[in-house]
Amino acid sequence: MTGPSIANGWHPGLRESATFDRGVIAEIQRAAREGMYDIRGFGAKRPMPHFDDLLFLGASVSRYPLEGYRERCATDVVIGTRFAREPVRLDIPITIAGMSFGALSGQAKEALGRGATAVGTSTTTGDGGMTPEEREHSRVLVYQLLPSRYGMNPDDLRRADAIEIVVGQGAKPGGGGMLLGHKISDRVAEMRDLPVGIDQRSACRHPDWTGPDDLEIKIEELREITDWRIPIYVKVGASRTYYDVALAVKAGADAIVLDGMQGGTAATQDVFIEHVGIPILAAIPQAVESLVELGMHREVQLIVSGGIRSGADVAKALALGADAVSIGTAALIALGDNAPEHDAAYRSIGSAAGYYDDYQAGLDPAGISTQEPELAARLDPVEGGRRLANYLRTMTLEAQTLARACGKSHLLNLEPEDLVALTIEAAAMARVPLAGTSWIPGLVASP
Amino acid sequence: MCGIAGLYTKSATLREQLGTLLADMLEQLSDRGPDSAGVAFYRDPVPAGSCKVSLHSPAPAPDWEALHVELSTHFGDASPPSIRATHAVFVIAAEADDAQAWLTERHPELTLMSAGRTIEIYKEAGLPTRFVERFALGEITGSHALGHTRMATESRVTTEHSHPFSTGLDLCLVHNGSLSNHNRLRRSLQREGIRFRTDCDSEVAAGYLTWRLREGASLEQALEGCLSDLDGFYTFAVGTADGFAVLRDPIACKPAVMAETDEWVAMASEYRAIAVLPGAEDAVTWEPAPGHVYSWGTASLVA
Amino acid sequence: MATPEVIRETSFDLAVDTVRSLNQALHSDASGGRVLVLHPGGRHAVAVGLDAPYEVEIEGHVGYYCAGMNKLATVRVHGNCGVGVAENMMSGVVVVEGSASQSAGASARGGLLVIHGDASARCGISLKGADIVVRGSIGHMGAFMGQKGCLVVCGDAGESLGDSLYEARLYVRGSVAGLGADCIEKEMRSEHLAHLASLLTAAGFDDVDPGEFRRYGSARRLYNFHVDNLGSY
Repeated sequence: MTGPSIANGWHPGLRESATFDRGVIAEIQRAAREGMYDIRGFGAKRPMPHFDDLLFLGASVSRYPLEGYRERCATDVVIGTRFAREPVRLDIPITIAGMSFGALSGQAKEALGRGATAVGTSTTTGDGGMTPEEREHSRVLVYQLLPSRYGMNPDDLRRADAIEIVVGQGAKPGGGGMLLGHKISDRVAEMRDLPVGIDQRSACRHPDWTGPDDLEIKIEELREITDWRIPIYVKVGASRTYYDVALAVKAGADAIVLDGMQGGTAATQDVFIEHVGIPILAAIPQAVESLVELGMHREVQLIVSGGIRSGADVAKALALGADAVSIGTAALIALGDNAPEHDAAYRSIGSAAGYYDDYQAGLDPAGISTQEPELAARLDPVEGGRRLANYLRTMTLEAQTLARACGKSHLLNLEPEDLVALTIEAAAMARVPLAGTSWIPGLVASP
Repeated sequence: MCGIAGLYTKSATLREQLGTLLADMLEQLSDRGPDSAGVAFYRDPVPAGSCKVSLHSPAPAPDWEALHVELSTHFGDASPPSIRATHAVFVIAAEADDAQAWLTERHPELTLMSAGRTIEIYKEAGLPTRFVERFALGEITGSHALGHTRMATESRVTTEHSHPFSTGLDLCLVHNGSLSNHNRLRRSLQREGIRFRTDCDSEVAAGYLTWRLREGASLEQALEGCLSDLDGFYTFAVGTADGFAVLRDPIACKPAVMAETDEWVAMASEYRAIAVLPGAEDAVTWEPAPGHVYSWGTASLVA
Repeated sequence: MATPEVIRETSFDLAVDTVRSLNQALHSDASGGRVLVLHPGGRHAVAVGLDAPYEVEIEGHVGYYCAGMNKLATVRVHGNCGVGVAENMMSGVVVVEGSASQSAGASARGGLLVIHGDASARCGISLKGADIVVRGSIGHMGAFMGQKGCLVVCGDAGESLGDSLYEARLYVRGSVAGLGADCIEKEMRSEHLAHLASLLTAAGFDDVDPGEFRRYGSARRLYNFHVDNLGSY
């Protein structure tokens, strides 16, 4: 829903319906006016069980912590050890998720590359192909193969450090890419081989394979083209995760990228964002269970995304069994998305700082999700890169703090038993006990 | 997701090689179906009034000989078991329905893989190459056969989840793809009295065919019913007493290749499984069109 | 006296050699060369990712993705090919003497793909600038979401031809079982006839008369979301 939703105080004598609240009323009336579904950016906004519902059990008498500045807590991770001759080596287990040039401005992509490179991690291309600027500014660049195949070419494949085959993303598992006409600028149109100004409707299935049995053959082709040099990731939106992960492993993936329903998008139907897919909290244990059963946990690496905001989220995701996390929305916020200083500008386009999700409109006053040259010019890529690097360093330090408190000398030594849950839902989804009990609903009976 | 193979022989020489050739086809389909394998051979027809059953036992050392004695006692005559790995095939002097009813009541621990007068189904979890060895496929002869290699999508990997699924006497189904309305369909078929042993979508397709045939449809009509009553992606191959049938859904994303020479007609998910057959380089090859029932055999598809 | 040109030809027998060794050899020399491939036996990913003016002759049938992402090379299959032949091709020529399976030339961006036999469903799906010429017929969903480039069909086309088409151009000589969403027949003018003639010549089909073809393209009604087009989504 676009526009600010004003939280009013109490009205004597008036009672709002929980089913037909003001937001729902506005949306029904918008639909009645326009005859088309609401398209917006950002991820699922509804509350749901998330990492905030989990807590770490810090060291005490039975466990001993590590010293904060003297004793090492390592953060490095290697992705793609299964088959690739040159796996991806990252200094921190936080990567930048796939976001397209087209969805984002060139300045934003450059800023992401600069920031990621400064801290020794990777960025990922999106549904539009690889730009020379991104390849130049990202020391480690993951190249997405999407159903649309916009801009796909073997030269970029050979220049990439890893390939990410996108089956789906958390905001819309089962959906394809979308970019509305006002963002299909001359440059975007040329990269995507589309007429300028049309509303881009991407395919939701790949053109030359459907199903994990044929995905296996596709992965083989990509390996042959790149001489078995680089890792091949498979990205899925969180849905039937247990099966999806098993099938990706059987198809030959080096790594799985798992995007929960909180994962962002540049443009998709609001109903898709809010009503399809499962929270990342519920998906990670399914993925880990599947990998463990196949004997592939830590052999086929798991990168998770969807609502990662702080080092606490990073540490919790790793504790549940992920090898790394990926950030999208948070990276844009670090660059300045939804910053209070843009509030007046947001209000002039029907939104407000803290609520802005109209990435699809391409009018972003922060210069991030726009193709308008004057708006995009407001984002200084060098300054943006610095801010992103700061944010990534902060998250890493936070994760290390929590890990040391749990007695870990490496972030990847965090484990599910370091966690408890605050709510029954979170306990059931994350498969960790309710705090103060040994009860995991559905798995371990309460004593 | 999976691999399918079918081979129909036109000569005595090929009949002798049926097992070896099908084994070679399955090995080529192992990459796309590593979880389990299964075959349905059509061979050695038994006389009218008798039936042939293929049984699976989960026990480590099943006492098939004791079962042979029971069967002989109850039905008057039963062949000694023909044992392959975890399966045993018996020829019983009885109609298939009677034999089936007796086995269900007296030996619920056994799974009836197939029943009829010519069909023999063998299927097991594990790598297809291992399956071929364990079941000594190379020795088996017959007129035609279907094979399947499985990559489980949403149900578990067990013997019972493997294909082919029996859909009636001398009838079986193998499936490559993923159905999307099988849960509701399973419940309505259960209300019609069709029994299911697994949560596998392919078993629902097999159950649907069984139900349609029971209600009087010809196999062709039942397969055409799939086009309207089943949703999802599928290439089906159905084995019949005298041949086999192939059907692809209207979108036809799952592969299917057909080939024919003077000696054989073959079907497979990938051409490389056909490439191993003698004379394949000179075979006429084509792809079955979507939404169309194809069949080969000495008789029609009328039940 | 000029020295006679030495034609270097290497051969690979895939009954013995691996596909990987073949592809690595084909990635090794920027000046190209002639390579003969024997007994392909339906193997996948044969001659993929080429980036040099090789001439590759494949004696037999291949599996999926033959000549995938081809650049600069000429690849000739003396047999049939599986799914996705010449997928995402950038330049060069791929010729299939037999028939092609699904998604032939999928998302191909440049170069020429010639199929002497039939092509199956989704021929030219997501086409991005390459030219595809099919002597026989094609299956359903031909040129689905085709963006740029040209598909020429000397035989018939199946259902849903040109569904969701962008700017790719389609010429069909035989019957069309049905047109897809937003695909319409368009007027054949002299520039189209000339374009079609040049493609037929490039494919080696000089005996085919461009005047017998009809042209199909996008009605461009689905280019922007509009409630009136709801039935087409």
